[in-house]
Amino acid sequence: MARKPIQFRLNGKDEAVFVEEGQNLLDALRRQVGDTSPKYGCGQGTCGACTVLVDGEPRLSCLMLAESAEGASIETTAGLAGAELHPLQRAFLDGFAAQCGYCTSGMLMSAKALLDRNPSPTREQVVDAISGNICRCTGYEPIIDAILDAAARGAGRRSA
Amino acid sequence: MYDFNYHRPSSLDEAVTLLGQGEDVKVLAGGHTLLPTMKQRLAAPSDVVDLSRIAALKGIEATEGAVRIGAATSHADVAASGEVRNRIPALAALAARIGDPHVRNRGTLGGSIANNDPNADYPAACLALGATIVTTKREIAADDFFVDMFETALDEDEIVTRVDFPVPRRAGYAKFPNPASRYALVGVFVAEGGDGIRAAVTGAGPCVFRVPEMEAALGHDFSPAALEGIKVDAGGLNADIHASADYRAHLVGVMARRAVEAALEGR
Repeated sequence: MARKPIQFRLNGKDEAVFVEEGQNLLDALRRQVGDTSPKYGCGQGTCGACTVLVDGEPRLSCLMLAESAEGASIETTAGLAGAELHPLQRAFLDGFAAQCGYCTSGMLMSAKALLDRNPSPTREQVVDAISGNICRCTGYEPIIDAILDAAARGAGRRSA
Repeated sequence: MYDFNYHRPSSLDEAVTLLGQGEDVKVLAGGHTLLPTMKQRLAAPSDVVDLSRIAALKGIEATEGAVRIGAATSHADVAASGEVRNRIPALAALAARIGDPHVRNRGTLGGSIANNDPNADYPAACLALGATIVTTKREIAADDFFVDMFETALDEDEIVTRVDFPVPRRAGYAKFPNPASRYALVGVFVAEGGDGIRAAVTGAGPCVFRVPEMEAALGHDFSPAALEGIKVDAGGLNADIHASADYRAHLVGVMARRAVEAALEGR
């Protein structure tokens, strides 16, 4: 299988890797780059576990060809925390908004995309923002509460 | 996924040339249908032509009496457009309720109508508004564009470049979304434009269709009450795990009345 070189920004750092033709971005991030924070769930664009931000927009990395990431700026959960946890991560922890945790990184990235644009969302806007992310264990209420809590703590203002 | 050649042309000419080469060339817009289809081995193109970097395919332009939307314009951009919200609010509202944010950021108008999924929202808007689909070869009236389930009038080497939506006097859209995918289980778009009333139904049948009886009733009295008692025949409608044909037929009436309410309220 032919391999192609691509370059992109990942969490503020330059990355240059060889990817395979037909490989999706999720697979390239996990295997070639070693960032396993985006998760493989359904692989069909249904569950949202693989959500990353591409140029600030939430995208399903399982439905994005790695080659099309050339020149893009990508953010994953691995880049959220600085010296301290991101307020979204802190709010998820404090609010017990994860049970098995498999959907959490996708939820966090969809929530970050929302708060980056809208630091003070309504509950309805939060529900819409995570409507592409499926959670099969805790249910959605603690997750929605945690995102609203993070907004109240200034998560959007911090990352904007 | 298996091996294929990936192309990302920067011009439409280049894209058309690429479509004429290779044994099985597919056009990639948002990729939210084509890529899952390829992963399931239901499609195995030799070449994929990604339209995402062709600037000429994007953007929204207002003209006298119409709104022109580039084929590669995302649902999110249509939903947020001041031109669309002011002149065809029902179309902006439709775009805002497609799928979820991931889908709206990636999915495109051209991709949606070229795929012609029986449950997609945009075909109803195109048909009810009497839109013109502009391609690399010709202009096609919406009435002639949507042929059958996942089938359109497009040739293999033809790309949708934009859609021209005439601005209606009033229009409204209502849908019963599948709660998981938000595809329209049934969606009805009602519009009053230059050539009278048009009511188009998506989700219910194999392909978007009009309901002349409803159009005639609304021509006499543009109100939800005018539609009372009009039944759509369940014969030929879709039946699957999500809903029976009878239920879909019932929903056509309910959604049509709600669409008229929306039109009257200008939303």
